[in-house]
Amino acid sequence: MQQEPGPRTDGRTGADSPERSFRIHGSSTPPPGSGPGAFLRSDSDDSRRKAKRSLFSHRSARNVQRGLFYIAVVLLCLVPLFVFFWMISSGLKTQADNIAIPPKIFFEPTFANFQDVIAGRNFFAYGVNSFIVAFGAVAISLFLGLPAAYSIAKYRLRKIGLTLLISRMVPFVSYLIPWFIAFRTLRLVDTYIALITTHLIITLPYVIWIMINFFENVPTSLEESARIDGASFPQAFIYVILPVVRNGAFTASVLAFIFSWNQFLFSLILSGRNTMTVPVAVFQFITYDQINWGGLGAAATLITLPPLVLTLFIQKYIIRGLTQGAVKE
Amino acid sequence: MVNTREKYLLPLPALIVMFLIVAFPIGYNLVLSLFRYDLAGVSAVQFIGLDNYVHISQAPRFWNSLAVTAVFTGGALVGQTVIGTALALFFSREFKGKSLVKAIFLFPIAATPVAVSLIWAMMWNFDFGIINYVIRALGGHPQMWLASPSQVIPALVITDIWQWTPLIMLIVLASLESLPREPFESATVDGASAFQILTRITLPLIRPTIIVAAMIRSIDAIKTFDLIYVMTQGGPGFASENLNIYTFNVGFNYFRMGRGATLAVVLFTIVLVFNLVLAIIRDAGRTDIQG
Repeated sequence: MQQEPGPRTDGRTGADSPERSFRIHGSSTPPPGSGPGAFLRSDSDDSRRKAKRSLFSHRSARNVQRGLFYIAVVLLCLVPLFVFFWMISSGLKTQADNIAIPPKIFFEPTFANFQDVIAGRNFFAYGVNSFIVAFGAVAISLFLGLPAAYSIAKYRLRKIGLTLLISRMVPFVSYLIPWFIAFRTLRLVDTYIALITTHLIITLPYVIWIMINFFENVPTSLEESARIDGASFPQAFIYVILPVVRNGAFTASVLAFIFSWNQFLFSLILSGRNTMTVPVAVFQFITYDQINWGGLGAAATLITLPPLVLTLFIQKYIIRGLTQGAVKE
Repeated sequence: MVNTREKYLLPLPALIVMFLIVAFPIGYNLVLSLFRYDLAGVSAVQFIGLDNYVHISQAPRFWNSLAVTAVFTGGALVGQTVIGTALALFFSREFKGKSLVKAIFLFPIAATPVAVSLIWAMMWNFDFGIINYVIRALGGHPQMWLASPSQVIPALVITDIWQWTPLIMLIVLASLESLPREPFESATVDGASAFQILTRITLPLIRPTIIVAAMIRSIDAIKTFDLIYVMTQGGPGFASENLNIYTFNVGFNYFRMGRGATLAVVLFTIVLVFNLVLAIIRDAGRTDIQG
């Protein structure tokens, strides 16, 4: 069962169907801000004119309804947004403004907290650590995961695919004690190797899992014809097959990057002075001086910025990547 | 042109790495759980059979952590599934700005849990937190929240609901957007009410997706670490110490590796059994619909 969870333009959704017949009459002159009016095109001019006369009052009622709907949409969106607003604004407030009662919505912004976090706390050094670990984990995951996912998809090795999910079920704490002892014995605690290895636990199965679905949509004839033309398998894979799934590979990489960037537990134990990642650094800095809310807000804003920016740019793909396993049977 | 060498050769490197990074810790935990292995003391590693398991079963702190895990997971799961499904139904129609709404609801999922937890800890603060301010402004009494043994779990559940309801919403929404059109059209022709369509057609059709979404969330809720560790570190006392935090504390605050590994085995077993039960429930639901 294949399906495309991309945005639809034909209004095929479950919940609005009861009012579809009503909509056909009501929107003969679609007011600005109405949804896609794809299904009115089939209407004849005659019925439109009739509808315009008799349902004029209905239309204003519908406008009210639509207005209420949008008000509700905005209010609901404020729930996730408020926390981020609060995060950024705390970072821009002085300590006095941060603990003011009543809390200040309007205030004179200061960049002192951001300066303190970036210059005084050496934030970028931790950012570089986080980046190296995430980049390493994603690169290795792609290198190992792409051929694996291709083979699993092509030869329908579904069982192998499913065993990957076990890695997802194991609590991270369960990995931590054995790996800590192993890395301690090998004197690898506080190295990138230790961090990248443990982050692979998250990124590798995820990349394979996402890519299986993308490779399943690649026709086998693609590889066959390339092989008949004399290409070796690696050539066919790199030059013919991979370009077809580049969107999928990009989605998988971005999601894996975000997961690694956000990872806290492994880094908390396995990183040290030389390799400390951003979430751990911020956590340490917060526990040392509890009430510095401005610094807290600034630091929180800086860690969250990369994942949020990535999300904003490719949200459609990310939603697809996050939801595909569950929606597909 | 099935090339068996290629068939198994291609996934092999990935599978070997997966085996090393996943199976090794699971196996090593089982071995470690039979030993006394304290990094803090001077005592050598010592085989003690099932003593660690016996000790855990007699520790009130273990049973407390189990209860905390169950209450937190249950609360978060019910809240997220109900609110997430309701939001998905609400947003399922086509409207201008829908993709922006989706992006906004993606933010809590993508945001770094440590950052989100820190901001929420600030918001739950007794003296200066905005939540108590709103309560005071509405004429209520400010609450202790994270500092109160009885309110800490509700506060953590609400925070978790804030962060993860969007995942359920987006999964259910994707499912709603892929539903076939015909049942709705014929129901409308037959004069079914909106409520009838919702309960008789929409919900049964998306039920398998809701269950899978709830499964995914429940696994992650049992595994919750960042949120609780950053906001309360299991406190006050042990009031919010779930099995995950307890395992972490035994391993990395007391450096009892053997006992920590024992807890890790127990935790892993719980997640595994829980998944099996959920899979059975899901399959039962499936035959229900078909029959």
